[in-house]
Amino acid sequence: MHPAPSLILFTVLSGMGFGLLVWLGLGLRAPTGLAAFILFGVGYALAGAGLIAAAFHLGHPERALKAFTQWRSSWLSREAVLSAATLAVMAPHAASSAFAATPLPVFGWLGAALALATIFATAMIYAQIRAVPRWHHWSTPPVFLLAALAGGALLAAQVTLALVLMLGLGAAMVAHWVAGDQRFAAAGSTSGTATGLGALGQVRLLEPPHSGRNYLLREMVHVVGRKHAHKLRLIALGAGALGPAALLLLPASYMAIGLALLFHVTGLMAQRWLFFAEAEHVVGLYYGKR
Amino acid sequence: MTTLPARTTRKLGLVIDLDTCVGCHACVISCKGWNTENYGAPLSDTDAYGDSPEGTFLNRVHSFEVTRDDAPPMVVHFPKSCLHCDDAPCVTVCPTGASYKRVEDGIVLVNETDCIGCGLCAWACPYGAREMDGAEKVMKKCTLCVDRIYNENLAAEDREPVCVRTCPAGARHFGDLADPRSAVSQLVAARGGMDLMPEQGTRPVNKYLPPRARDALDIPDLVNLCEPAPQGATGFLGWLDRALERL
Repeated sequence: MHPAPSLILFTVLSGMGFGLLVWLGLGLRAPTGLAAFILFGVGYALAGAGLIAAAFHLGHPERALKAFTQWRSSWLSREAVLSAATLAVMAPHAASSAFAATPLPVFGWLGAALALATIFATAMIYAQIRAVPRWHHWSTPPVFLLAALAGGALLAAQVTLALVLMLGLGAAMVAHWVAGDQRFAAAGSTSGTATGLGALGQVRLLEPPHSGRNYLLREMVHVVGRKHAHKLRLIALGAGALGPAALLLLPASYMAIGLALLFHVTGLMAQRWLFFAEAEHVVGLYYGKR
Repeated sequence: MTTLPARTTRKLGLVIDLDTCVGCHACVISCKGWNTENYGAPLSDTDAYGDSPEGTFLNRVHSFEVTRDDAPPMVVHFPKSCLHCDDAPCVTVCPTGASYKRVEDGIVLVNETDCIGCGLCAWACPYGAREMDGAEKVMKKCTLCVDRIYNENLAAEDREPVCVRTCPAGARHFGDLADPRSAVSQLVAARGGMDLMPEQGTRPVNKYLPPRARDALDIPDLVNLCEPAPQGATGFLGWLDRALERL
């Protein structure tokens, strides 16, 4: 799949933002006054920036409000509804913490639950797609959830929690890669099943339908992005999870946390690039490519 | 609504005969023509006369080669368009309700004025049946020529999808696949019509007829038939040959 920068930015930034809101909502860190203004501000800014980046991915952003209507069937619509609900429900808790020094736990808890559901909905947009076997697996949501919660804990400066979550994220990434590498074969789709000619013999593409490229090839058969897959996996695991975990073992300081945050975001960008670039869509079978 | 109907009254669709298709691409061109000139946003081309021309098509013909252990290789031309699946994954993922499956005939359509161009439906389709138009930025797909099949301004014989109407080989058939007595259903039953990628769980309405078994002729030894003309003619012809040689 095509690793669109807007989608990489969206999933990383808004994931972290909603992750931070989960912890702030649960009251694990209950700041008041200026600290609350800054922390909630960062959470809202990241979540909102991600949503705006995602809107740039649309062909017709002016119709984006229609995406709130199909929550009964569509995970993308659920994500839109849940993200808006999170930001709305959390607002009294955030405002009261910042301006009245009085957290409102009921709004906080409800907002935290909604934020968690938003992150899960984001993951399910990808995990639901059966035509991309690497994504269509239980190992996809844990990567998104742990990445968001670990990044959020880091932003909230919850050192022990962030450390545990970073290690969990590392394990989830590895599990997703190991499982993902087997997924295409396990799905059972081949050029034989795609054409229905498999029973006759070995099927291979003789002539593509056209000499140029097309939307499907650009969007779904993005082979170029896999070139440095092995190195990028090491960067994702090292910078995204294990590096920050190691930094968190040092005596707590804003320097260490800031550095861990920098590493984590960099590594997560690499992880998301691979998440898209390594995902092979079964439509490639019609083009003799994976 | 992007929830799928529990069942549809009819299941209009195509039956494509892989034995008969000659790979002429006439269906591709007629499809592009009809769907550019009629319903919805036109199917655009970009850089049509430049170095990397690209275009939106709702129907494309691939050609595959099947190599077999016990028989010569076989070339199969393979037209591919939307299969109007019963369990269409493209419909349920749509966040806006632009994608829907009609209860009355099972056709899967896109309401272009509701489409936000997110592309998720194209990701969800295992067959590559949907393409985002490069100019209009809305999702385009086969409509089963919904603006032809019920169009009373057209002559009766033209009220079928334009790809079917155009096919010079008669490789494309249109009808109601929910009705076991329809011509298409009988064709599917007689020829072992098959689903593409059944493991994807989409339950496609369109069916493909596999190539028939090729004749296995008891071919005589061709080498004997191709023996060169005998050397050293005798008699009159021999004299003529020698005389001409000397000239």
